[in-house]
This record gives sequence, C-alpha cells and structure tokens, in this order.
Amino acid sequence: MIPEIGQFAMILALVLAAIQFVVPLVGAYRNDVAMMGVARTAATGQFVFVAIAFGCLTYAFLTDDFSVLYVANHSQLSLPTIYKISAVWGAHEGSLLLWALVLAGWTLAVARFSAGIPEAFAARVIGVLGFLSIGFLAFMILTSNPFERLVPAAIDGADLNPLLQDPGLAIHPPLLYIGYVGFSVAFAFAIAAMLSGDLDRSWARWTRPWTTVAWLFLTLGIALGSWWAYYELGWGGWWFWDAVENASFMPWLIGTALMHSLAVTEKRGLFTSWTLLLAITAFSLSLLGTFLVRSGILVSVHAFATDPTRGFFILAFLGVVVVGALALYAWRAPSLDSDAGFALLSRETFLLLNNVLLVIATAIVMYGTLAPLIYQMMDWGKISIGEPWFNFAFLIPTIPLIVLLGMGMHAAWRTQPTGTWLDVLKLPAIIGVVLGIIVPLFVYGRISVMLAVGCIAAFWILVSSLVPVIRSLRREKGATGMTRSMLGMTVAHFGMGMFVLGVTIVSAFGVESDRALSPGTSTEVAGFEFEMRELRNVTGPNYTAIEAVVDIRKDGGFIDTVRPQKRQYLVQTSPMTEAGIRAGLDKDLFVALGDQLGNGGWSVRIQYKPLIRLIWLGCLIMAIGGLIAASDRRYRVNVREKSKAPKAREATA
Amino acid sequence: MNRFIWPLVLVLGLIVFLVMGLRHGDPRALPSPFIGKPAPEFELPTLKNPEVMIGTANFAGEYTLVNVWATWCVMCRAEHGFLMDLAASKSIPIYGLNWRDSRPDAIRWLGELGDPYIASAYDPQNRVGMDWGVYGAPETFLLDPEGTVVYKHLGPLDPAIWEREFLSRMQGVNQ
Repeated sequence: MIPEIGQFAMILALVLAAIQFVVPLVGAYRNDVAMMGVARTAATGQFVFVAIAFGCLTYAFLTDDFSVLYVANHSQLSLPTIYKISAVWGAHEGSLLLWALVLAGWTLAVARFSAGIPEAFAARVIGVLGFLSIGFLAFMILTSNPFERLVPAAIDGADLNPLLQDPGLAIHPPLLYIGYVGFSVAFAFAIAAMLSGDLDRSWARWTRPWTTVAWLFLTLGIALGSWWAYYELGWGGWWFWDAVENASFMPWLIGTALMHSLAVTEKRGLFTSWTLLLAITAFSLSLLGTFLVRSGILVSVHAFATDPTRGFFILAFLGVVVVGALALYAWRAPSLDSDAGFALLSRETFLLLNNVLLVIATAIVMYGTLAPLIYQMMDWGKISIGEPWFNFAFLIPTIPLIVLLGMGMHAAWRTQPTGTWLDVLKLPAIIGVVLGIIVPLFVYGRISVMLAVGCIAAFWILVSSLVPVIRSLRREKGATGMTRSMLGMTVAHFGMGMFVLGVTIVSAFGVESDRALSPGTSTEVAGFEFEMRELRNVTGPNYTAIEAVVDIRKDGGFIDTVRPQKRQYLVQTSPMTEAGIRAGLDKDLFVALGDQLGNGGWSVRIQYKPLIRLIWLGCLIMAIGGLIAASDRRYRVNVREKSKAPKAREATA
Repeated sequence: MNRFIWPLVLVLGLIVFLVMGLRHGDPRALPSPFIGKPAPEFELPTLKNPEVMIGTANFAGEYTLVNVWATWCVMCRAEHGFLMDLAASKSIPIYGLNWRDSRPDAIRWLGELGDPYIASAYDPQNRVGMDWGVYGAPETFLLDPEGTVVYKHLGPLDPAIWEREFLSRMQGVNQ
C-alpha cells in the first residue's frame, strides 16, 4: 500500500510540476497577477508530494519491504539502519528521486525567499524550474520507477553494494546533488532574465547568493567523494580523473567561473552575455554529468545503472533544455553589449582571465573524458586517457590561474594604480617565494622546479589572502571594515591555498609501498616502522572480516595502532578493503591489506601521505568562505527597495 | 549570423555525437563475445555428487539451456517456478551452473523448491563463471546443437521472455 501511495504522489507531483511550468509563465507573459501567484503554491505542492514519495520509499527500506523490486535489489535484512536509509539513493531509481526532491527543495527555497524580487520575474524563475521538474519526474515514472513491485516478493534482499556501505558515501550523494541541482536556480534566473529581456544588474545580484550556495555544496560533495575514495577504495589516491568524478568536477569549474563573472556583472554591469552563457553551461554540464553516468555511455567504476532507453531519455531532455536555452541566448544576447570600459590593470581584467583559464580547464577535463568515446566511435581504436595526462594537462591553465588569483584579489574595480598595487603585493610575493623554497627544502628535504612552483603558488595565495584581513584589523576607527562578501572571498582563497599546498606536498613526498607482512614481522616505510602484531577474525552486522593489528613506531617510540580489514560481505560476496589510517594534520599513515600470501602472510600496501588532510580541509574552508559570502547583508535587505536605486542613479547619470 | 549562435551550434554537434555514441554501442546488449562462438569448454564436479564431472561435453547434440544460479540470488528464486514448468514440459534440457555458492545451501534449496536441472555444475570459485563472462545471477545461455552460444539472457526468465528471445532462436524445435 505504502509504495502505491509513493507512486501516486510522484504522479501528482508531475501534474503539479506541469501547472508550475505553464501557468506562471503564461501569467508573466500576459501580466496576469493571479496566474503568476500560482507559481508559489504549485511549487510548494510539488515539493510536498515529492517528499511524500521519498518518504514512502524510505519507509519501504526501513520496513524491509522486499515486494518492492528496488528495495529487494539494494537492501537486506541485516543491513544496518543508517545504510537502509542511504540505500534509498544507492542506485539509479532512488538517486533520481533524490534529485527530484532536491530540485523541488531548491524551488521551494526560491519561492520562499524571493519576496523582494518582482512578481513576474519570480514567476518566470519558478516556471522554468517547473519544466526541469517535469523532465525528472517523467523520466522516473516512464523509465525508472522506484516503486515497481516484485511478484512474488523476495524473502531477503540482495544487499546494498558494499562499496556504498560507508558513512562518507551515505551523505556524499545528497551534498553533491544539492550542488549539482542548485545550478538549476542560476539557470532559471538566466532564462527568466532573457525571457523578460530585463537584464539590468539586479538580475546578477539576485542570482549570486543562490549560485554561491550551490557551489559550496558541490565543493563539499566533491571533497567528501574524494575522501571516501581515499579510505575506501584502498588505493590511497584522492582523485582518479574517473569519468564520474569529472562529471561533477566540470560543473564545479564552470560554477566557479560563474561566481566570479557574476561579481563583475553585479558590480559593473559588464560581461552580461558571458555570465548568462556560464549560467546555462553550469547547469547543462550537471545534466551532461547525469547523462554520462546514467546512460552507461562511458564505462566507469561508479556506473551503477546502464540502460539505453534511459540514456536516450536524458539525452532528449538535455537537448530540449540546452538547445532551448542557447537558442534564447542567441536571440537575446546581441542586445546586451555594454560600453562600460575598464583599464587593463583592474579587477575586471583579472576576473576575465580567471574565467578564460577556468573554461580552458573545463575544456581539458571534457576532452579527456570524452576522447575515449570519440576514438571508439571513429574506430580509431581504443585509447585510455589516464591520470598522468590529466595531471599534466590540468596544470597548464591552473598554474597561471593560481598566480593571477593573488594579484587579482588586490586589484580595484575599473582601474588600479600600479604603484599602490605593487606595494600591496610586494610582501606576500617575498614571503611566498621564501616559504615556497624553505618549506620543501628544510622540512621535507628536497626541492625541484615543479615543487617550488607549487609551493610558492600556495604560500603566495595563503599570504595574500591574509593581507586584507590584517589590514582590516589594523584599520583606523571609523573606517569601513570588510563586508561579508570580501571576507568570504578571502577565506575561500585561503582554502584554495591550503588545497594547493596539500596537493603539491603529497604528490612530491608521498610514499607508497607494497610489502609482505605476517604476524610478528615488521617493515619500514618512510622512516616509520610498521609491525603486524596479530591477525584475527572479526564479525560485523552483515560481514565477516580479517583484521590486522598493526603497530606504528618511529625511532622506537610508539605512535599508534591501526586496524586495516579485509571484509567479506555475506550477501554480495565481493571482498572489501577497509584501510587503517592514522590521520594527522601533518601526515597520514595508511595501511591496507592486499591479498593473502601463501605463508600465512599478507601483502600490505603502506603509505605515507604528508599534508594530505589539507586537500579536504582546504575544500571545507572554501565552502565556509562561500557560506560567509552568501550571507552578505546586501542579499537580505529588501531587494525591491534597493533595485530601484541603481536605476534612478542611471537615469540621472 | 551573430557570434552568440556559436554555443548553440557547438551543442547541437555534441548532441548528435552523443546520440551516435548511444547507438554505436547499446550498453544493455552487454558485450557477449561468446554469441555465435562455441561455448567455452569446462568440466566441473556436479553439485549433488562431487565425484561426477559435468561439462560442455554433455551438452552437444541438441538445444540446451545453461542457467547460472545461486541461493543468495533473489531473482533466481523468482524465476525458479518458471524453470520447473519448463523442465516439466521437457522441451529443452536445462543444466545449472551453481555459482559462488555453498554446496549444502544449494542442495537444501533444490530440495525445498524442486530441481529443474538435469544436473548443476558446482562453481564456488567463479572459475567457469569467469570464462563464460557471467556478470551476475541469474543468467541464462542458450546453446545450439553444435554447442554454439546462440543467446544470453540477463535477469530472471519468464514465459514472455522465453517465447520472445529463446523459442524464436531455436530452429525446428517445437515449432
């Protein structure tokens, strides 16, 4: 009964989404206030029914209702409760339902927090979001119904993929989706602005906080995924340039470009057509990512579902959304050229370069992701583009990006006098170069050109991010302090610096070594002694495991004991590696069990990973920066009041 | 013609390309390098009697089904009733490949639900499963009288699938 309620709720949500799409847009076109007013009601109703459907599926999981095919395939009686909940989005159908829920949630947020935006504009935004909801709900109902029954019901389920039975991956998809789908709001704002033809700066200001919040969730989602891959896949890497990772990384790169370009559009009224294009692209790449993952067109370790019907559906939907948006763009954008100028040395120039470099970086990732497909289709044979290619190619745009970042932060809008700018930059540059050489050389004992470039760039950003904060603290009484926007930017850039430092140090000084260990023996890696004290059998709720107890010592002094496991899940019999990690800010010591060797020993992968925590910590700080920036006062004051002000000023100018 | 039309052109190109990509390799038609080729040879102990061996040598001479199953596999339970009916109709010999399973469990399972198989090969280590490219259970292979793999079905069998995918591929049998 409950699953049928869920399915019924899904259909009702589709109907409401259709109303939410058609009525407000027609209302905005005819300037009919009553019809526009339907937008908020329909959006609320749509959210409620999607939430009911989601609740019903969760209930089916919690009550082990194996008469539901999706539950039978992805859960099991002895699965711990938390994973029964996360199993809801553990595979294709449920993750689509989560996607629809997140989209409805964003729509509700727009409906709730758009009081200051003109009614016709809000109606258009919500209408466009309604169209996206129609796509996803119809996709689910037609090709991927999570409530499909299994007759006769199964006695027990097939269990959730053991890879996904992990706290990190339980919350990774929701965060990622909140980010992915959040770009739909920026997209809807762009479409609404183009539909209305009213593209003044207030459009950019309304869009900014939404974009920033979506971006920060995407940042957290990607970082969490990377962290999960690090400790769960057992290889100790943190980024694999896997197609699915790239699918989430491309919207992140374009989303980052969009945030920066929106700043220019809001502050200076420039780059409007470019910003619109980025807003369309960011969301299109989210959809493309969904297509690549869900259609099985690219073979990936993450691909859970492969089904050509689904592929065609997503592709058709992607086509309608993107082609429609770009056709509108081709029609509207020519009228948007602004004649406001800016000097060569100004913040605008740096933000333009930021955008160009980020787009190049995205193009590189996209080429690397799609090239194997191109080769296969053209019958040029199979190629595989691997980590070394990405690692190298990706540095080409990102090194200048990082260097320019420190400079751009301190440049003023319109025009920046060279003298004062160099004064500000002198100190961070000197400190950056000195630390960038000293730290690798004296702390880690080695230096090379690439290493120095990475470290100098990292310290350069770290120090130059601190400059505005220090200045603000030392300012005279009465002088204006930093706005939240500025503070957010500074914090996020500081996080970027931490990230770059972590990546540079761990890729230069990380040690990975495969050794053979048996109980009572020890081995030395990177100056640390790893002794396997014992091997024992342990039992979890739905798995059994062999656990090694490994003591780590340095110069005879005891540091820690780690317990890597090799798990055998009872239903899905694939073995899983659970690494034993001694985590620290300065370094991680990582022990993972490989294969059993003949003599009672095990092959053991031991890794020394200096500063690897900075990679994820840096992402967290970036996200916090985004949060600070999005909470800036000027997004919250009555926007309608304020939006009149610039227009009045322009009229008098 | 304005420069703002280029993104549209680019995307249309990309979409055409992706459509071609989808058509090019139907991902659901899972690569069955075995279709049209002789079934990979094997010889394994039978489930019920480890002393007796069974293998490709037993299949030749008529159309044969090889069904991959396991007791932990929910969908195998779902298709079991149909396999029993099919076995009762005596229209085709059915062999089982008991896959990544334990012998006592599997024997008990057949005891409870009935045994549609002439015999089941016992493959707890996924040795033959690997050779035969088994992705998951249940999976069913149709071999022709020469021992060539004619068709491979993923997922549970039911009468509709049997009629559509299997009977249509068997020439001169029961038609």
